[in-house]
Amino acid sequence: MPEGLSVTLVHYLAVSGLIFGLGTGVALSKRNAVAVLMGVELMLNAVNLTLLAFSRFSSAFAEGEEPLAGHVFVVFVLTVAAAEAAVALAMAVLVYRQRETVDLDRVNLLRG
Amino acid sequence: MESPGIILAFWIFSAITVAGCLMVLVSRNLLHALVFLVLAFLGMAGLFLTLSADFIAVAQILIYAGSIAVLMVFAIMLTPLAARDNGNSLYVLPALAAGLGIAGIIGFVAVNSPWAQLTGDALKQGDPDTTVSVIGDLLVGRYVLPFEVASILLFFGLLGAIVLVHERRGARESS
Repeated sequence: MPEGLSVTLVHYLAVSGLIFGLGTGVALSKRNAVAVLMGVELMLNAVNLTLLAFSRFSSAFAEGEEPLAGHVFVVFVLTVAAAEAAVALAMAVLVYRQRETVDLDRVNLLRG
Repeated sequence: MESPGIILAFWIFSAITVAGCLMVLVSRNLLHALVFLVLAFLGMAGLFLTLSADFIAVAQILIYAGSIAVLMVFAIMLTPLAARDNGNSLYVLPALAAGLGIAGIIGFVAVNSPWAQLTGDALKQGDPDTTVSVIGDLLVGRYVLPFEVASILLFFGLLGAIVLVHERRGARESS
């Protein structure tokens, strides 16, 4: 294998940054509340990829440090993402019941 | 990370994931966008596998491509009048500019930072057959307090979702 072709930390960080940027674009540019939530999930996924890449490529752990701590962080991120998706989708359904729309450009009143 | 299989897998899964994200951005039908989102999640699980994170990859498929996708299908079906359209808001150009800017900044920092050129030796020293047992030990060992807090968070997330969508008797008539 030639030298320049091996996959390093930088590759994973670049892919992760690209996915985070695309997730930001989806979350900010979509009108539908469910589509905005899709963008947020993509951003959380990119963060997970970053954590796992650092966990895999780092060998700078002190004595007694556990190299799989990054994996445990990702487990917690998955947990928070699941809880957040459940509550956010429930809120979308609630807003739809009140106003017959989930268009975020038209849900602009604090008190319906 | 020099084996040709890993390199090939990295590029293929990266292409699948990024293409899925792009299709979520440009797809006009929300259900199609959801399908491409699941594709992006599956590609991401493949990327996790190339990082030797087997448990996280399986959890990713179960939680993201499984439950969250089903939850989103329910949310789309429960908002029938509004939900099919995946239109853009008024701020599509600033949003794309912000996304590209963030991606550019992260890419710039990733390329220009002097990361130590590492090979994952720390992971190899422990040399576990699977990451599951190590993660389990950490979850009920050093990280037991965050583990319990996460369980409380999940409980209140469940409770909050039920309370939010619960239809109170009489609320329909008054509104």
